Amino acid sequence: MTVSTARRDRRRRARAPLVLAVPALIGLAFLVVPLAGLVVRAPWGTLTDQLLRPEVGQALVLSLVCATTATAICFVLGVPLAWLLARSGLPGRGVLRALVTVPLVLPPVVGGVALLLVLGRRGILGQYLDAWFGISLPFTTAGVVVAEAFVAMPFLVISVEGALRGADPRYEDAAATLGASRWLTFRRVTLPSIAPGLVAGTVLCWARALGEFGATITFAGNFPGETTTMPLAVYLALETDPGAAIVLSLVLLALSIAVLVSLRDRWISTPS
Amino acid sequence: MTLHAELTVTRDTGFHVELDLCVQPGQVVALLGPNGAGKTTVLRALAGLLPITAGRIRLDDETWDRPPEVFVPAESRRAGVVFQDYLLFNHMTALDNVAFGPRARGADRSTARALARRWLDQVGLAGQAQAKPRALSGGQAQRVALARALATEPALLLLDEPLAALDAGTRIQIRAELAHHLDDYPGHTLLVTHDPLDAMVLADHLVIIENGRVVQSGPPAGVARQPRTDYVAHLVGLNLYRGSATGTTVELRDGGRFSIAEPATGPVHVAFPPTAVSLHPQPPTGSPRNSWPVTIAAIEQHAHTIRVRLDGTPAVLADITPATLAELRLTPGTRLWATVKATETTTYPA
Repeated sequence: MTVSTARRDRRRRARAPLVLAVPALIGLAFLVVPLAGLVVRAPWGTLTDQLLRPEVGQALVLSLVCATTATAICFVLGVPLAWLLARSGLPGRGVLRALVTVPLVLPPVVGGVALLLVLGRRGILGQYLDAWFGISLPFTTAGVVVAEAFVAMPFLVISVEGALRGADPRYEDAAATLGASRWLTFRRVTLPSIAPGLVAGTVLCWARALGEFGATITFAGNFPGETTTMPLAVYLALETDPGAAIVLSLVLLALSIAVLVSLRDRWISTPS
Repeated sequence: MTLHAELTVTRDTGFHVELDLCVQPGQVVALLGPNGAGKTTVLRALAGLLPITAGRIRLDDETWDRPPEVFVPAESRRAGVVFQDYLLFNHMTALDNVAFGPRARGADRSTARALARRWLDQVGLAGQAQAKPRALSGGQAQRVALARALATEPALLLLDEPLAALDAGTRIQIRAELAHHLDDYPGHTLLVTHDPLDAMVLADHLVIIENGRVVQSGPPAGVARQPRTDYVAHLVGLNLYRGSATGTTVELRDGGRFSIAEPATGPVHVAFPPTAVSLHPQPPTGSPRNSWPVTIAAIEQHAHTIRVRLDGTPAVLADITPATLAELRLTPGTRLWATVKATETTTYPA
C-alpha cells in the first residue's frame, strides 16, 4: 500500500458514518440550544438591577448556605459510610450499597414525602423531636438542609466509596507497621490518597444540593427568606415575572458551569 | 533478646504455612523460596498484619501472637517493614514519609523531622528530603523506604524482596549499601527473597521454604555446597541427585549410577557443578570416570559460558565453552557421552 492510499484510508476512517453523525448532532443541539436560549433571552439591559433585587440576593444566599451546610453534613456522615461500604467486612454490604443508592434514583418529591412521614410534626421520629426538644424540621431552613442532604448524600457516598475501593489497602498496612492507629492512618494516609474522589464527590454533592427542588418544596415548603432557595424562586418567578426567572436561572447556570470547569480541570480528565 | 516464631497460618483457600524461626539480635536471616511458597505470609504474620492460626511469636519475653488469647496488632509491635514496592506515601515528601513513624509513635513534629533528616542523611538522601516519592528513582525510593522503617527504631526489621523492583545496575549498588546498613543495625532482621544472590550476600543464615514448609536451613556457604532439594540445587547452580550408597557406588533413585570418591552407606545426596561435566562425541575409554549416554535437550547462553541441558539417565546440566559448542557442532537432539570425575562430586547424607 502506498503512502497516499494509506492517508486517504485514515481520513475516511476519521469521518463518522452519517447514520451516527446525524443523531449525534441532534442530541448535541438538544442539550445546548435550551441553554443558549436562556442566554439569548436574558434581559441583559436590566440584568444588574435584577441581580441586585433583594429577593434574588436572599434566595442566592439561602441556597448557598443550605447547600454548603447540607454538603458538610453529607461529608461528615457520608465519608465514614463510604468507608464502611468499601473496607469493613460487614455482611450484606451489597444490600446496604443498594439502599444508599435509592435516594439517587428516587423521584425527589417522593423523598420529600418520606421525610415528612418520618420527620414531620406527626412523623415517626418527628413527634418525639417536637415533644421532647421542641424541634420541628418541616417548613424551616433546617428542613431545607435535611431535604438537600437526603437527596445529595448518595452522590458523595458512591464517589468516595469508589475511590476507597480503588485505593491500595497495603498503604494502610505500611502505616500500621509504622505505629499509626487506625484513625491516624485514615486521616493521614487514606483520605489524602483518595483526595480526587473526595473532592469530586463533595462538589457533585454540593451541586446536587444546590439544585434540589422536589424534596425541598415538599418537605420545607416555600417561605421567602426561610425556605425559598434558588430553584424554588425560579419556579415561582416564572408565573409572575419571567424576566426574573431567567436571571435566576442564569445565576444557577453560571454556578453549574463553574463547578463543571473546576471538576474537569483538576479531577476528572487526569485521574491520578 | 531473641525472636522466636513457631507459626502456622492456614487460609480458607487451603494454603498452609508452618515453620519455626529463630533470629538472634544482629543476625540477618533470609527466608528464601519460590513464588507462592508462603514467604510473604510469614512476613505479614511477623509484622502483625495477619494473625497466625496456631503457634506463637515472641520477641524475648514479649509475646506478639499466641492464638487465641494474644494478638498484638501491627501498630503496637516494634517491627519495621520495607515492602516490596516500598509503599511510600505519595502525597508526602521523602522527609515526611520518614518522619511519619516517629510522629505516629508520639514524637513531636520537630523531633520527628530532625530524626527523619538524620536517617535520610544516613542513607545518602539529604538532598532529596523535599522530593515527593514519584520524583525519586527506584534506588532512592528503596533507600527512603529503608530509612522510614529504621526511623522507628524497630526491634525486628522485615524486608520483603527489598531489591526485586530495581534494575540490575542499581541492584548491585543498593545491595552493597543494604548489607552495610544491616551490619550497623543491632536488631533482628528477616529478609524475604526469591533471589539466592540477595540471600547469600545479605544473610548470615538461610531458611528455605517450599510449599509452606522449611526444606533446608543453615549458613549460606553450607547451603550452597550441599543443597537438599532440586529447588535449592537450581538456586545455587548444582546438579543434585538422591540415591543409596554402598561403598563408592551410589544407585540413583531416578535411575543411573555414580562412582564417588569417599565411601558412604545409605541414603545420600550427590552434587557436582555443571562445570565438572565434560561432553564427548564417542564413549570415553579406560578412565576412572562416570560416563553415560545423553541427548541434548536445550542450549542456553549464560554470560561467558554455554549451559547445556541434557536428557539421559540421569539428566544433567553441563557448562561448556563456546569453542566446545562450535567444535562438537552441538544442536538439540545431538547424542553425546557425559563424563564426571568421581573426585568432582560431593556426597552427603540425605
